[in-house]
Amino acid sequence: MSTPASVGAVEASSQPESFVFTPENVAVAETIISRYPSQKRASAVIPLLHLAQRQHANWLPRVAMDYVADYLGMARIRVYEVATFYTMFNKEPVGKHLIQVCTTTPCWLRGSDEVLGACKRRLGIGPGETTSDGQFTVVEVECAGACVNAPVVAIGDDYYEDLDGPAMVALLDQLARGEAPTPGSQTGRRGSCPATGPTTLTNQPSLPASAGAVTGADD
Amino acid sequence: MPKLTIDGMEVEVEAGTSVLQACEQLGIEVPRFCYHERLSVAANCRMCLVEMERSPKPIASCSMPCADGMVIRTNTEQAQKARKGVMELILINHPLDCPICDQGGECDLQDQAVAYGYDRSRYAEEKRSVQDKDFGPLINAEMTRCIHCTRCVRFCDEIAGVAVLGAVGRGTHTEISTYVERAITSELSGNLADVCPVGALTSKPYRFKARPWELRKTETVDVLDAVGSNIRVDARGGEVLRVLPRLNEDVNEEWISDKTRFACDGLKRQRLDRPYVRRNGKLEPVSWDEALDAVVARLQGLDGARIAGLAGDLVDAEAMIALKDLLLSLGSPHLDCRQDGARYDVSERVGYLFNTTIAGIEQADVIVLVGTNPRLEAPLVNARIRKRYREGGLKVGVIGPSVELGYVYEHLGSDAGVLAAIAEGSHPLAATLKAASRPMIILGAGALVREDGPAVQAVAREIAARYDLVRDGWNGFNVLHLAAARVGALDLGFLPQVGGRDTRGILDGAKAGDIEVVYLLGADEIDASRLGNAFVIYQGHHGDRGAHRADVVLPGAAYTEKNGTYVNTEGRVQQARMAVFPAGEAREDWKILRALSERLGRRLPYDNLGQIRDRLVAVNPLFATKGDVQAAPWRPFGVSGALLEEPFQPAVDNFYMTDPISRASLTMAKCTDAFVPSREGKTGTHG
Amino acid sequence: MLRDEDRIFTNLYGFESPGLKAAQVRGDWAGAKDILLKGRDWVVSEIKDSGLRGRGGAGFSTGLKWSFMPKKSDGGPVYLVVNADEGEPGTCKDRDILRHDPHKLVEGILYASFAIGATAAYVYVRGEFAREIQRLQVAVDEAYEAGLVGKNACGAGYDLDVYVHSGAGAYICGEETALIESIEGKKGQPRSKPPFPAQAGLYSRPTTVNNVETIAAVPTILRRGAGWFAGIGRPKNAGTKLFCISGHVNNPCNVEETMGIPLRELIDKHAGGVRGGWDNLLAVIPGGSSTPVIPRSVCETVLMDYDGLSEVRSALGTAGVIVMDKSTDIVRAIARLSRFYAHESCGQCTPCREGTPWMSKIMDRLVEGKARVEDIDLLFDISKQIEGRTICALGDAAAWPVQGLIRHFRPELESRIAAARQSAAA
Repeated sequence: MSTPASVGAVEASSQPESFVFTPENVAVAETIISRYPSQKRASAVIPLLHLAQRQHANWLPRVAMDYVADYLGMARIRVYEVATFYTMFNKEPVGKHLIQVCTTTPCWLRGSDEVLGACKRRLGIGPGETTSDGQFTVVEVECAGACVNAPVVAIGDDYYEDLDGPAMVALLDQLARGEAPTPGSQTGRRGSCPATGPTTLTNQPSLPASAGAVTGADD
Repeated sequence: MPKLTIDGMEVEVEAGTSVLQACEQLGIEVPRFCYHERLSVAANCRMCLVEMERSPKPIASCSMPCADGMVIRTNTEQAQKARKGVMELILINHPLDCPICDQGGECDLQDQAVAYGYDRSRYAEEKRSVQDKDFGPLINAEMTRCIHCTRCVRFCDEIAGVAVLGAVGRGTHTEISTYVERAITSELSGNLADVCPVGALTSKPYRFKARPWELRKTETVDVLDAVGSNIRVDARGGEVLRVLPRLNEDVNEEWISDKTRFACDGLKRQRLDRPYVRRNGKLEPVSWDEALDAVVARLQGLDGARIAGLAGDLVDAEAMIALKDLLLSLGSPHLDCRQDGARYDVSERVGYLFNTTIAGIEQADVIVLVGTNPRLEAPLVNARIRKRYREGGLKVGVIGPSVELGYVYEHLGSDAGVLAAIAEGSHPLAATLKAASRPMIILGAGALVREDGPAVQAVAREIAARYDLVRDGWNGFNVLHLAAARVGALDLGFLPQVGGRDTRGILDGAKAGDIEVVYLLGADEIDASRLGNAFVIYQGHHGDRGAHRADVVLPGAAYTEKNGTYVNTEGRVQQARMAVFPAGEAREDWKILRALSERLGRRLPYDNLGQIRDRLVAVNPLFATKGDVQAAPWRPFGVSGALLEEPFQPAVDNFYMTDPISRASLTMAKCTDAFVPSREGKTGTHG
Repeated sequence: MLRDEDRIFTNLYGFESPGLKAAQVRGDWAGAKDILLKGRDWVVSEIKDSGLRGRGGAGFSTGLKWSFMPKKSDGGPVYLVVNADEGEPGTCKDRDILRHDPHKLVEGILYASFAIGATAAYVYVRGEFAREIQRLQVAVDEAYEAGLVGKNACGAGYDLDVYVHSGAGAYICGEETALIESIEGKKGQPRSKPPFPAQAGLYSRPTTVNNVETIAAVPTILRRGAGWFAGIGRPKNAGTKLFCISGHVNNPCNVEETMGIPLRELIDKHAGGVRGGWDNLLAVIPGGSSTPVIPRSVCETVLMDYDGLSEVRSALGTAGVIVMDKSTDIVRAIARLSRFYAHESCGQCTPCREGTPWMSKIMDRLVEGKARVEDIDLLFDISKQIEGRTICALGDAAAWPVQGLIRHFRPELESRIAAARQSAAA
């Protein structure tokens, strides 16, 4: 048989030779696997692919999929199926910062076009492209599930909300400078509370008086 | 037993029957693509939608279990509209170019589109195109034609036991693929072309060779292993163009192996299409008269004790009884059909049959495989074991090489010592066997052809006795043969007669000069270099090992070219039928022997097929039982002896080349390159 | 308007800590042991009587769903699966529960599991909610630590393990059987029903799948009584509900309100009104992207509950209210949803796999008017060839927005076609 070739554009053309979990990640993997019945190791496939992807610069080379398949005793094709079905798994290298711009209707109504435009202006790349220095990849994603804080962009594990063009550029500037921008609303409002302040939960007689003392919410 | 009404007809069905199956019982046609009765239900094509009372939506009849009082209507406007709609959606991305598709004329999609579809497309957008895949030398993949029914994925997972195909990606970008490009590594892969309802997966060797309506179809049986798969041979003119499975629930269900299906191109290569006689060391073409005269000249006046006959693996019973009758009339006791040199006890039929039967495997709860790799030796037997395995509750143990079989088994060891331990009761398997209600042992060629074959057989007989492998309505003692001719030959006693030599004895005698004439009836699996200076008559259809050594070549007919009787490993008598005429001047084998007998002045007493078949029945009444298996009575057999310490060796290491036909096949050569890991041992069966 | 003391989600905006201590101060976990000691049947009947209906979109009676589970154990595992795969465009309520009020969920999981005889619970959270997953895991860990879940939970003699499971980007996993497949380590492709999860769900064992908001409402209902919950809203449309108001409003927000609140009141009171005033309203998608759009005329009076929206041929869905003012290109707004459904189709069954991209392509042409008037009928026809013909409801969800658009905005579609014809001719 000839050397196995990758299937079309689905997979990155340049693949590393090998992949194994770091000892720390082996421990994490074992914890994850312990959550499922012992005969159901395959249940851990998505969490383990996440783990592998985090370990490997945020993308999944074929060897990592094979490793996870073997680790869980699954047929490799079953893991390929999973890895190609779920959008969070990147089958090719992505930039250090993966800018995921939600453009579904609620975000679009609030200006996601402007946010995408800001990315294009600031980085010179459109959706699906990576900057030549490998710092940024911009992708369009479907509904991020933060619609009342639209438009929303996910970068890494964090959501950046209530954006507009300038706010997006500011975010990218911060990332380019190596800073960690503060996640959440970029207009400073609290969570999903109306920007002008809460219309509900203004007096909570059901709560004991001491409730007010408990603070520490961080978003 | 739920009772329901379908299209106004009441029907009572077994619990668990689907609405679609119930419709079939009533003879109501329900169109479908993804549903396949031997595969799990996917319910994804949505073509089988029917109307169910009290359900606002049409239901997928393939996945809906029948329930009491259900009222189903298959032909209402709603049901028809649903089908029409689904058909339109299936077709929007399917190329509408049937004239250039290899499936054309035998395509479910084409047929159902005519029956249920619109007469034109309303789709004006760009069509999807999918990169074709390379699935190896057997399966052509034109994936733009794929309708995503996933039959192929389910076939690989469920029947073949090789999880190599998947539906990767999602939505409209879903593709059936191996993802990492590779050939489909299964001995059953050709069935993918049959299960695919469209032209996405088709036979690569047959590609663009013919249209179905040009073909002459002959129902017959396969001879390339000892299963006796039921097949249909499709021919045009004198050429066999393809082999397809034919349904036989007891034997091959509706599957066949890749060798059965794809070795047929070997039928037109290296054929012996005229007689030859060796002159000055070279085989020269001659007339039939000259060839037969040369044989007569050598045999005339020769002491029968100096003549021997060996029957090969693909030979029909008619030819073997003719040769046996002829040799006996010449006074020769030296006959054997066991080219592999096996010497185990064949005095009792029950000692050499696959007594459980292939379908019987489905009842087993413990199976011990001894010196056999059924995946390579009899893929359909292996598929049946896998089918049983998928039902759950089956334990499989393997004694012999550790190989990939497509199901989980316990590797008990590699040598005959394990058998002895089981027979003594000292092996952990003893408890399992004791607790089993339908235990089986399967002895393969790897265990029986060795020097200690008789002892292995005897110890297996002991195991059978100790653990009640034979009980009411159940016989768990099995021999899995490799050769299609073998059981028939044994049933006819094509064996050393009183004072006669067996295969090894014949070869030794030939080398020593005691045997002067050896008649090879399609015998190619022997070591021809051991024939010494004997005068060798080779009768057969391919210029393989036997013919190369021959002094006279008498061109015979391949299994597709004659009406011949075969007895499979279960003892099932089946008949092959002539699909095309023998090549060139070749003749049906028993007729050649009949002609020769006449010239030798020992005219065999049968002039037509009916008469020679009467002769078969006269020799062994079992030959009158066509298609069925007669249970052999459980009697003592076996010769105890010392067991060797060496591990069992594989009997077949190249599934694709085991006989003169498959060795001549270019397709099988490509498969050998693609699938057989080492270059060594690509010659097939070990002698 | 709902009184603050009748709100369930008292830390919706995260003004307070999501931690166990703060949650207990807010009343969570109070009397948990006593609730368990009242027995499984009591819990089920209380929830049945409360009129709580599934908050994930389908609106099936929660108590009734629980009652489908086997009453007697066969010794094998039984599962509660919590659907936190929030991703219906317009919907972002579960996220707030996960990050701000996770103990409401964990406590609800305990009661729901108890009610259905579950031996373990899995919470399936969409993978993108990485931070929410962390928050929830902390809450679960705290609950274990405090003996609230785990062996002998709350000291009531009931054992329950609670696990958090992460998805990886597939809207379809919000469909309960796709979600189960996903937990089993497969692609998220919905199963054919029957069998239903209550018979054969996760690992082929009896399973109930409930939405986050549904489960998180359970503790308060059990504490305050079925009658309290049933007394809010209208008959068959009981209780409080989290509404997500997005799009062209002055103050997009999440808010807990009474079921059946008039849409206009909801928008005006909590979201600061429609951008540019009520008269500037064009249309609203009232219950997440799959519910048919309703024009302003309908918005004037419609009540936000199951029956109210069904009367106007739309649905409450997840109560994700997407507001569109007159500046909206309504065709593009719906076209973007068609693209969403095509992207999220799992690809398993024919009508959805083939039909959703076809609709999306025609919708894209209609945005530009590059179509024939007959294409509108064709589009409607295709939507009907998908609706009700698929394994799961994604087919319906893709069909309805398009049908709603054609129902209410056909003149707009036709005028675009005419305009494009004219400019082509010119």
